[in-house]
Amino acid sequence: MSTQEQAVVHVHRDDIGSRMGMWLFLFTELLLFGGLFFLYSVYRFMHQADFHVAAKELNVLVGTFNTAILLTSSLTMALSITALQRNNKKLSVFFQLCTILLAVAFLVNKYFEWMTKIHHGIYPGSDEYLAMESGRRLFFALYYVMTGLHALHVIIGMVLISVMTRFTVRNVITHDNYVKLEAAGLYWHLVDIIWIFLFPLFYLIT
Amino acid sequence: MDKHHSNIEHAHSYTIYIWVWISLLALTGVTVAVAGINFGAFTIAAALIIASVKSYLVLTIFMHLRLEMKAFRVFVAVALLFVIISFTLLFADYSFLSLR
Repeated sequence: MSTQEQAVVHVHRDDIGSRMGMWLFLFTELLLFGGLFFLYSVYRFMHQADFHVAAKELNVLVGTFNTAILLTSSLTMALSITALQRNNKKLSVFFQLCTILLAVAFLVNKYFEWMTKIHHGIYPGSDEYLAMESGRRLFFALYYVMTGLHALHVIIGMVLISVMTRFTVRNVITHDNYVKLEAAGLYWHLVDIIWIFLFPLFYLIT
Repeated sequence: MDKHHSNIEHAHSYTIYIWVWISLLALTGVTVAVAGINFGAFTIAAALIIASVKSYLVLTIFMHLRLEMKAFRVFVAVALLFVIISFTLLFADYSFLSLR
């Protein structure tokens, strides 16, 4: 009887395989963002002076603050898994909610940052934008596309983690079956890594 | 019975995460500070090296690569190797373009 039960468990569960599947998916994300980083590096190489001038218009303080927020959200995500491994469901849910809140804080910051730029007339298609040197135009186009795509990932990650929180509350994710939470965590940490590179490349090249 | 609880060996303590987090924040501080100094071409190199160290910490500790089977680390290494190859070829091309 017990062997049968084990066999069933083995058919339906392969945690290592699930995690490896998630990693394979993350490699496709690497291609997606990698392509944009290729664009960035070539255009920066061709328009070095313009990129430096354009980067001065970004607010380093806001960027640094957002970096800290995202790094902290990665911490709470990792802690939520440890809490669940130690069978502390409440603490795990608390850490997951912290992660979601920090993600919201990141997006609110990003919203105000974008809005300030847009109020200053810096957005693709505006008169001021069209009057810029081509290097500065490229910088801001890449800024909007890359931070925009990243923000989209933050939103997707937030939704994913919210679903995981619901699963945890309803005991779909438990202390001995939490590979879903781990996969969501992997996604979240990837979003963090992308920001780790975006931040110095856009904010700190003055 | 413990076999399908293989996840247990996957556990990090709370403290190591907090140490990694402190290191990540400290490295962010270093990047911002270093960006203020003009090292010329080294400035971008410094920023990328620090970002790589930060990513290494996130990959190994937060993403549990250190605790995974070796195959995971090989996968990631191969993926990163190809990104590096692409960048090298890209710049081999573009640095010659500027000489023309």
